[in-house]
Amino acid sequence: MATTPDAAAEALVRVEGLTMAFGKTVIQHDLSFEIRRGEVFVVIGGSGSGKSTLLRHLIGLQPPAAGRVRYGDEDLFAADPEAQARLRRLFGVMFQAGALWSSMTVGENLMLPMVLFSRLDAAERERQARFKLALVGLPDQFDAEPSTLSGGMRKRAAIARALALDPTLLYLDEPSAGLDPPTAARLDELILQLRDHLGTTVVMVTHELASIFAVADRALFLDAQEKTMTALDAPRRLLESGPPAVKALLSRELPT
Amino acid sequence: MTAGDADPPAAPEATWTAAGKGGGWTLALAGDWRTRADAPAVALPALPDDSKDAPLAIDAGRLQGWDAAFVAKLWHLLQALPRQRIALDGLPASLRALLELALPDAAPAATPIKAPSRPGRLAQVGRFATAHGAKARRTLQFLGEVLLAFGRLARGRAQMRRRDLFWQIDQAGPRSVPIVSLVSALSGLILGYMGAAQLQRFGAQSYIADLVTVGGVREMAALMTGVILSGRIGAAYAAQLGSMQANEETDALRALGVDPVDYLVLPRVLAMLVVAPLLIAYAALVMMAAGGAIAVVAFGVPAAEYLSESRDALTLPHVLIGLLKGTVYAVLVVLAGCRQGLDAGRSAQAVGQATTAAVVQAIVWIVAAASALTVAFQKLGW
Repeated sequence: MATTPDAAAEALVRVEGLTMAFGKTVIQHDLSFEIRRGEVFVVIGGSGSGKSTLLRHLIGLQPPAAGRVRYGDEDLFAADPEAQARLRRLFGVMFQAGALWSSMTVGENLMLPMVLFSRLDAAERERQARFKLALVGLPDQFDAEPSTLSGGMRKRAAIARALALDPTLLYLDEPSAGLDPPTAARLDELILQLRDHLGTTVVMVTHELASIFAVADRALFLDAQEKTMTALDAPRRLLESGPPAVKALLSRELPT
Repeated sequence: MTAGDADPPAAPEATWTAAGKGGGWTLALAGDWRTRADAPAVALPALPDDSKDAPLAIDAGRLQGWDAAFVAKLWHLLQALPRQRIALDGLPASLRALLELALPDAAPAATPIKAPSRPGRLAQVGRFATAHGAKARRTLQFLGEVLLAFGRLARGRAQMRRRDLFWQIDQAGPRSVPIVSLVSALSGLILGYMGAAQLQRFGAQSYIADLVTVGGVREMAALMTGVILSGRIGAAYAAQLGSMQANEETDALRALGVDPVDYLVLPRVLAMLVVAPLLIAYAALVMMAAGGAIAVVAFGVPAAEYLSESRDALTLPHVLIGLLKGTVYAVLVVLAGCRQGLDAGRSAQAVGQATTAAVVQAIVWIVAAASALTVAFQKLGW
């Protein structure tokens, strides 16, 4: 699944004129950007800037107030149910607290998507699930209950579950929130390895500065004041020559 | 934080004085303002009415001691005023720093914040109606989603695992038997005892069998089972689905393209459709046995006579009506639990509220359905 240099520039997701709103309150308007194959794309911004809501739009949980989210040529929200189901196979999602299904073991969590959406037999499903768990560094937790895992392990298991159906694109909601720095750093490393070795495109929402500089190829900045995206570039370049609000966020200084 | 340890702490004092020429006012603070357990709290004097927009200063030269409660009092006094009116330089450095942190930078809006006015009677009625209208709409929408899910199930396209169905059957059925046994036995005893006590006055004890059989099979077994299930199953479903909602577990299903109604609600409703008739039949049998025992033991009705009377009273329509009613109640319980759970907010408190709402809604629905069905069967002459 390694990406060729030519394919690197190919847009996987195109967001066009997206407007987010809660009722009549617009949070962000007219967002247009694309997510390219093989990159680590990070969404940054202050609290209330709509980062998590943007993620909910991208994964089709909530239709935007206006605009389109396109995978290839297809609009996720306008697609018929069959096409939508096909588009959903393109991505896996890790929710902020992991959101592992608590009534099942970790292994069953990984196998449920395969039961529902693949034709693999039981033995193959188990092999796949064990492999994905080993990939995220949890080879011994196949039979564990989610409630017995630590916060970091839960997030890893959730990443493994997001990878269950071998998606092209991985969405991560605040992967390092609530983790101690070494655990967060190991998670960053895992994200880079997934991109390098599986060719997975990664989109993550975060405000962990260390993560942003460690993993992001490009960062999208949502400005809570301007109510739109004001920058999209490599984090180092944003720090050097981005708008003041982005610089402030990335250098942890108070905006002047 | 006392000014001098040698001085004995003096009583707290505060006075506003006009500063003459500039028209400014100064608040002179003196004494020890620390809160003491053995002395009543002292308030700061309000701003003089005629101070208008005059600048304000504070003189804390004779302030001997202060604590957080004092800062709060001072903050409360000053927070509604434009920041530029207040000069804080007379205060000790740490006290001043705290106030500068807490006081707003910009001048507050000219009009003070008014307490929200109480809406009029008519507005209250309107708000109540719209709020409940929205809830009722959401319930209807949920019922529609469940019907659609059944449609998909009929076409073999529902995303439900058979395993979950069996698991739910086990949870709802066998595990409800002990409590159903207990409550049904006691209801049977009450039914037998109350009936016999009345019928005995006419020497008609042998009709206890009719009363217990018809009352138990046709009404009581269904009603009691419904109420038990609303506590045992409805509450549990609301809590399960509510916490799944709070943990984004239902979002994880949706993101995968799995409809939570298919995956979570369908197996629960189907399990109840299987389990409810069995539970109700069992509850009716226990009631009849308990009522019979009372009649035979306490009121001396011959057992053979009781049995034959019972058999005559137990007709197919009674059995079918009882089973139908009970199954309707049980399904309403499941729907109320799932509806409240899936609509719960994203917090622990919301899960608790959903659980309460599920039980209340289930019981209201049961009573409404019981009335409607009783009247309907009466009109039909069944």
